Amino acid sequence: MTDVDLKGKRPLSPHLQIYRPMLTMTMSIVHRITGAALYFGTVLLAYWLIALASGPEAFETAQAIFGSWIGRLVLFGYTWALLHHMLGGFRHFIWDFGLGFGEQEREWLARLTLIGGLVLTALVWIIAYSVL
Amino acid sequence: MTMKTDMKSVRGLGSAHSGTHHFWMQRVTATANVFLAIAFIIILIKAAGADYEAAKALVASPLVAIPMILFVVSGIYHMHLGMQVIIEDYVHTENLKIPLVMGNKFFSIVIGLSCIYAVLTLSFGG
Repeated sequence: MTDVDLKGKRPLSPHLQIYRPMLTMTMSIVHRITGAALYFGTVLLAYWLIALASGPEAFETAQAIFGSWIGRLVLFGYTWALLHHMLGGFRHFIWDFGLGFGEQEREWLARLTLIGGLVLTALVWIIAYSVL
Repeated sequence: MTMKTDMKSVRGLGSAHSGTHHFWMQRVTATANVFLAIAFIIILIKAAGADYEAAKALVASPLVAIPMILFVVSGIYHMHLGMQVIIEDYVHTENLKIPLVMGNKFFSIVIGLSCIYAVLTLSFGG
């Protein structure tokens, strides 16, 4: 074993590019991406609250930004990220109890998270628009 | 063979010296976030069409301000833990990892305190 090149050619376990993309794998990645998006999205909440605390002019500017089509699109995306990440969290809670690891179960949990996130986001926006 | 007793290995709390604290707090804040995020979404729906005076009165009222502050505290704590995991997963050089982990704390505290400051200013009639 002395001639084995441990630095350059040591065996590596298969990485992402080896595997066929799967729903459960994609949902795991999406959970992390939505988490990171929510992280940077907190800047929007801080901005909105500071604008409101600063006075009418600052608030009008903030409302104009969030009310524009691009602002609404970002907020729609933020709503989805929050709800999708929340449902992904429920999945983690189920796994924490040692449940939901079966072949069928994990596929169904992934599908439910994906569909549930989209349905809940649509529901929130329908309610928001009906209130306006 | 290790000479450590079981108690000694438990007290050592592993290589990070904090045991499962990080994991556990991720779950604690996640549980709180479920309730607080739902409250937060309801607040945002109420604020959606509001003008300045209405939005101000809304955020200033205790039943909105308190859940809002709780959501900020729990949410920021949760996202700080999550981002640290992301950094530790992908950044392997100490001279980059340490500033990023530190920057994560700074960002979280700045955003969190800014939100709380704004809500309290409105609540105390600023």
